[in-house]
Amino acid sequence: MTQATADIKIDTTRDERVKPASDAPSTRPEQGALLSVRNLRVWFELRRFGFGHAGYVRAVDDVSFDLNYGETIAIVGESGCGKSSLMKTILGLHRPTEGEIYFENRRLNDFSRREMQWYRTQVGYVQQDPYGALPPFMNVRRILQEPLIIAGVKDPAEREARIRKALEEVKMTPVEEFLPKFPHMLSGGQQQRVVIARAMILNPKLLVADEPVSMLDASVRVEILRLLRALQQAHNLAVIYITHDLSTVRYFSRRIMVMYAGQVVEQGEVNDLLSNPKHPYTQALIEATSDPDAANAMKFREVPSGEPPSLVRPPAGCRFHPRCAYFIADVCDKETPPDFDVGQGHLARCWLYR
Amino acid sequence: MANRSSFDAPLLQVRELVLHFRTSKGVVQAVDGVDFTLNANEAVVIIGESGCGKSSLAKAILRLLPRNVHRYTGKTFLYGQEVMALSDEEFRRTIRWNRIAMVPQAAMNALNPVLRVGDQVAEPLMIHQGMRKSKALEKAVEMFRLVGVPEDFVHRYAFELSGGMRQRVALAMALVTSPDLIILDEPTSALDVLTQANIMNQLKRIKKEMGMSFILITHDIATSSELADRVAVMYAGQIVEVGDALRFFQEPLHPYAQKLMASVPRLRETKDPEFIVGQPPSLINPPTGCRFADRCHRRFARCAEEPPVIEQHGRLVKCWLYTEDGVNQRDASHSRHQD
Ligand SMILES: Nc1ncnc2c1ncn2[C@@H]1O[C@H](COP(=O)(O)OP(=O)(O)OP(=O)(O)O)[C@@H](O)[C@H]1O
Ligand SMILES: Nc1ncnc2c1ncn2[C@@H]1O[C@H](COP(=O)(O)OP(=O)(O)O)[C@@H](O)[C@H]1O
Ligand code: SF4
Ligand code: SF4
Ligand SMILES: [Mg+2]
Ligand SMILES: [Mg+2]
Repeated sequence: MTQATADIKIDTTRDERVKPASDAPSTRPEQGALLSVRNLRVWFELRRFGFGHAGYVRAVDDVSFDLNYGETIAIVGESGCGKSSLMKTILGLHRPTEGEIYFENRRLNDFSRREMQWYRTQVGYVQQDPYGALPPFMNVRRILQEPLIIAGVKDPAEREARIRKALEEVKMTPVEEFLPKFPHMLSGGQQQRVVIARAMILNPKLLVADEPVSMLDASVRVEILRLLRALQQAHNLAVIYITHDLSTVRYFSRRIMVMYAGQVVEQGEVNDLLSNPKHPYTQALIEATSDPDAANAMKFREVPSGEPPSLVRPPAGCRFHPRCAYFIADVCDKETPPDFDVGQGHLARCWLYR
Repeated sequence: MANRSSFDAPLLQVRELVLHFRTSKGVVQAVDGVDFTLNANEAVVIIGESGCGKSSLAKAILRLLPRNVHRYTGKTFLYGQEVMALSDEEFRRTIRWNRIAMVPQAAMNALNPVLRVGDQVAEPLMIHQGMRKSKALEKAVEMFRLVGVPEDFVHRYAFELSGGMRQRVALAMALVTSPDLIILDEPTSALDVLTQANIMNQLKRIKKEMGMSFILITHDIATSSELADRVAVMYAGQIVEVGDALRFFQEPLHPYAQKLMASVPRLRETKDPEFIVGQPPSLINPPTGCRFADRCHRRFARCAEEPPVIEQHGRLVKCWLYTEDGVNQRDASHSRHQD
């Protein structure tokens, strides 16, 4: 898409949108940042019955990163660390409490309803639980029709062609067999394919996949990850891959961000970060991740005990300090560490690298 | 852990265990002729994809049956004692909880919301062993220490606990009666990796220090290796391979087991994982020959017949490749690969 088309936004993007998905690579010469997240904070107000305001859940607390066109990034962290809140804010489902999000240099915070409608055509979303993602009373054809209708694709023949194309792309063939099926007639892996087809049908520039395979069996997991990777390459898609499973990130993304308690504690290029983790929390995540090996049963894993902190009153200083084996008294519990560059854009938010 | 009928017999022997369910679409052969043996202080893990019958096998062993049972047959021996022969009442009174306890799938979401967790852990002792409440509560606190729940949590309710803590409480409930064997159904699948690693550490400690025995059921193969002495692979209601963990993880024998292992993403290797084309068969009218045949890369003519269970160097594998017929096939396909 050219800058001109983008500027006109809603009115003429319709022409753009009705193009079949296969036109994508040739019409995408873009370079540079597609998405910029700047000092983003997403806080949820906590209300206690009868007391009113009772503090904030600091689900995302000062997160910044850039994502280029066609780039893949993984966001890794334990449940409750703020991954989904970050992603939902990027999708425009939550408002930033503070900070900015830019998509193609346009500030998301200021989007009108119409601009938001346009934005939704640019960003696809694959959610965590395929079993809850699809409306049970719609068949596959209806499910894939919806986004096209909302985006204003009026011609039924055009819609049908794009639905078929999308199903072929996620390898649900013969297409005729799947079009009339309802979600409960599909396996978990097939349901997730439909979710992906739906996310891809408007030919987005960015795909956000929130734990897209965590509910699936190992062999299906690989199938879906490969499919996502093939789509990413074919369409030069930018992808944010959210996961708690470190062992899958290498197959999928070039960059990785590790989140802990609402903050990004380490980021870098995937292979570098996994083979040379700097932050004690990342090191713990790696130590805790098993590969199938009978030797595992003979030893104990050296992992920190305890649980991630409350996001209402997070620990002062480094949020990992109560669990950290390298804790430096009077430093780690007093001052929040900044990002230290430990080499080639590999950043670690830890006082060990001051 | 008293009351053993024979000290020579293995802890648990399961023979020809069958559990079929009646449904509107036909009979579901969830467990269809399962055999395996478990020795004292051993952990056998049962791995397999969703729907292959792992939880049903656990239910069959513990006789926790739904209403729509169509067929429930076979034998299970606990230290040589045939427990399938016991009446339901006797089984409930002497075996379940007291000798074999279970942490069911999603146990952490099934705790009683209106009962303090300490009371819940004490309850099996009061119900199954007639212990006084004060004594049972003391024991509960002891179990909390063992599984890594802070002692003062005994007074809390389930909703006040994190998922990891609730899962530990469920484990404490299974441990409190000092059973011979604990069946764990997906004990860590819903938990974060650090919590998962901590709980696996705790299980290893309990196994080592208390001599506990485990059946660990999971689809998470990497995590299964944290506890496994032996591995049983289940496919479409049947066990297709059983063997020593050391050798299994090095070189699985059954084609399904090989594919399953190749599908596991690994953090410490750069080789891409593969996936298994197709899906497991329906357990209503499953194929009469080998149940893996339509997805198998090694299939040959003989596979249209149900494969026998072959013993090879102390490992059991249900596949025609390991018969005399199959040896030729294996050689043939090896030379083909080399060409
Ligand atoms: N009460 C029941 N009535 C009818 N069918 C059942 C019943 N319980 C289980 N099944 C079926 O039996 C088969 C095996 O189910 P089971 O729960 O044992 O699988 P599993 O291996 O534990 O799967 P998962 O990994 O998803 O927990 C499935 O096809 C399931 O739908
Ligand atoms: N709408 C909301 N209102 C209040 N708190 C929320 C809301 N959404 C998420 N949270 C809280 O924010 C924190 C981060 O949650 P989430 O972003 O879902 O984490 P993750 O996806 O990493 O598991 C959690 O403590 C969660 O309970
Ligand atoms: S800043 Fe201090 S407490 Fe935090 S991770 Fe680094 S060493 Fe540990
Ligand atoms: S019996 Fe035949 S089809 Fe079945 S796993 Fe063995 S080789 Fe494959
Ligand atoms: Mg989430
Ligand atoms: Mg199960």
